[in-house]
Amino acid sequence: MTQPAPSAQHQGPGKGHPSAPAAPPSKQGSGSRALGLRVDVRNLSLLGVLAVLVAVGGITEPDAFLDTGNLQLILTQASVIGVVTVGVTFVIISGGIDLSVGAMVALASVWATTLATQEYGFAGILFTAVVVGLAAGLVNGLLIAYGGMVPFIATLAMLASARGLALQITDGKTQIVTVRSVLDLGLPDSYVLGIPPLVLVFAAVTVAGWLILNRTTFGRRTVAVGGNAEAARLAGIDVRRQRLYLYLLSGLCCGIAAFMLIILSGSGQNTNGNLYELDAIAAAIIGGTLLSGGRGTIIGSVLGVLVFTTITNIFALNNLQSDVQQIAKGAIIVAAVLVQRRTLRGGET
Amino acid sequence: MPETSRRGLLFGTAAVSAGAFLTACTSNEPKEKTPAQDNRPAADDTAGKPVTIGFAGPQADHGWLNAINVQAKSRAEKYSEVTLETTEGSNDTAAQIGQVKTLINKKVDVLVVLPADGKALTQVGLEAMRAGIPVVNLDRVFASPQAYRCWVGGDNYGMGLNAGHYIGEQLKDKANAKVVELAGIDNLELTKQRSQGFADALKNYSNVKLVARQAADFTVESGQAKMAQLLQAQKQFDALWNHDDDQGVGALRAIEQAGRDEFIMVGGAGAKSAMDAIKAGNTVLKATVLYPPTMAASAIDLARALGQSKGVAGLAEMEIPTSVTLYSAVVSKDNIDQYLPTGFS
Repeated sequence: MTQPAPSAQHQGPGKGHPSAPAAPPSKQGSGSRALGLRVDVRNLSLLGVLAVLVAVGGITEPDAFLDTGNLQLILTQASVIGVVTVGVTFVIISGGIDLSVGAMVALASVWATTLATQEYGFAGILFTAVVVGLAAGLVNGLLIAYGGMVPFIATLAMLASARGLALQITDGKTQIVTVRSVLDLGLPDSYVLGIPPLVLVFAAVTVAGWLILNRTTFGRRTVAVGGNAEAARLAGIDVRRQRLYLYLLSGLCCGIAAFMLIILSGSGQNTNGNLYELDAIAAAIIGGTLLSGGRGTIIGSVLGVLVFTTITNIFALNNLQSDVQQIAKGAIIVAAVLVQRRTLRGGET
Repeated sequence: MPETSRRGLLFGTAAVSAGAFLTACTSNEPKEKTPAQDNRPAADDTAGKPVTIGFAGPQADHGWLNAINVQAKSRAEKYSEVTLETTEGSNDTAAQIGQVKTLINKKVDVLVVLPADGKALTQVGLEAMRAGIPVVNLDRVFASPQAYRCWVGGDNYGMGLNAGHYIGEQLKDKANAKVVELAGIDNLELTKQRSQGFADALKNYSNVKLVARQAADFTVESGQAKMAQLLQAQKQFDALWNHDDDQGVGALRAIEQAGRDEFIMVGGAGAKSAMDAIKAGNTVLKATVLYPPTMAASAIDLARALGQSKGVAGLAEMEIPTSVTLYSAVVSKDNIDQYLPTGFS
């Protein structure tokens, strides 16, 4: 996987916007340079967690854990939720929240797999998944940016109605995909140099997300809005439009993820994307994104997703049952965040 | 200014045509419609006293529950003297209590209730019985026998038992046979019962060992994810029992993706996709153990018999039984044609 060196990360709003002196100094620390260093420490500690997990997996199940097949498996399982998490990370950095991601994935995946859509083949399914995701994101964005609704409430409403609509479309039935070109993308024959296409999409979305956040005005505006929306407005940023675009972006990611899920599972079901909102938010948080906005990295979020997927994988390979898995997962979230805090404070003093 | 409006026009047109395309794409009607057939003989087809049956079920957000509603409705239509009063399905206990109360107030002759949560709806079952309306409790049992006149439902323990026996028989000549289990939602009692039955049946075969078990959550997505992990963990095994055919769609997908075929797979519940695969015989899926949704049709039969004060034809009893536990038949290639019409999607 292509992971740009973490040292290239910096995102003080002050850096790109010398004209925005009102950006909150309290939250942003003493400057982009110090902040960049801090972000490094966060990602490093998460890489440490990942290394420990790999060691645990390698020791407990050396045969099953340490082979190419398992690496492909972990990355594939991470890819769908990973793409969703990239979109959610943007929203959270801007100080918002998107609780509707799982429901949007469900809606897009069932809409794109109805018998009528499948008539149009590969293109029809891809188009429908992406446009339904965008449309749901647009509704979220309009309600929040121009309707003045709190993101928590607006996306909660979207969660409920998108799930309802998905149920209405499927009537509770599992929609099996019969379009061969879509199904084939999930099979080993389609792997490029041993890399599954889904993982390539995940990598592409990650790189695109990283570039947008760190190398474009759009990215700097996102951080500025999350840091202090009023200051961003005074600095000339159209905060409302920025928010609209961010929820559109999250919807787009959900549409792409829905298409990936269709490829992965060969079907569309209204229960798809169950609890993705929690998984995505948790991954972003342990990846160092501040829930109150203004700070966060794409690499951190992606590492967060990989940590969760690797944990699930190790548990399954060791044949641990769901009860143990859940207890351990909770403990590991707490441990990861505590370790991060500790490292962070160590880095500061 | 004209620049922006042209762009606006362009986006507007694109958005409208995308919208038109999407609205056309919500249909799930198959191109050629095959009418649903109900050829099972009714106990006594001759029309009797008119009966109004109230039916309250949970929200049909799962293939099996949807089949329950369809079975109940089509069975009721079969009898000219039966009127079926159905409520909007709900998973919310409070809402379902309200719906059952409405049916009681409407003074239906008999009630058929599939509770979202059996224990939580006991009280309203009691209320109906006290009001003189006999209750047929479907599948999820009430906490008190006083709350129903008759219970009809599936046998989760028996389902596991029959799956275990089928697999045991298939593997009985194989030394050190390995079996893998893909269970359903682990915090449901029914999953525990199915797993217990499965484990008990396998104890009869000393050469067969359960080597791995993971729980999915009845969804295609979780079935794919958990099965992929199981395949990675177990490089070779001889048989797999999957508790639920819906998650089985995902499990089969994972098996296809891993390119494995050294084992036989047995499903659970009896979905149409699984039965089609068994009939075609080109996948590892060789059988499925039923948790028959036809129980809803049987519940309508029992409710009709109750309303007309009749017994069950073919039994000596004057009254219908208080409890009917259905048999979880194993559907394999040998008897698939008989069961194919009951498969649900």
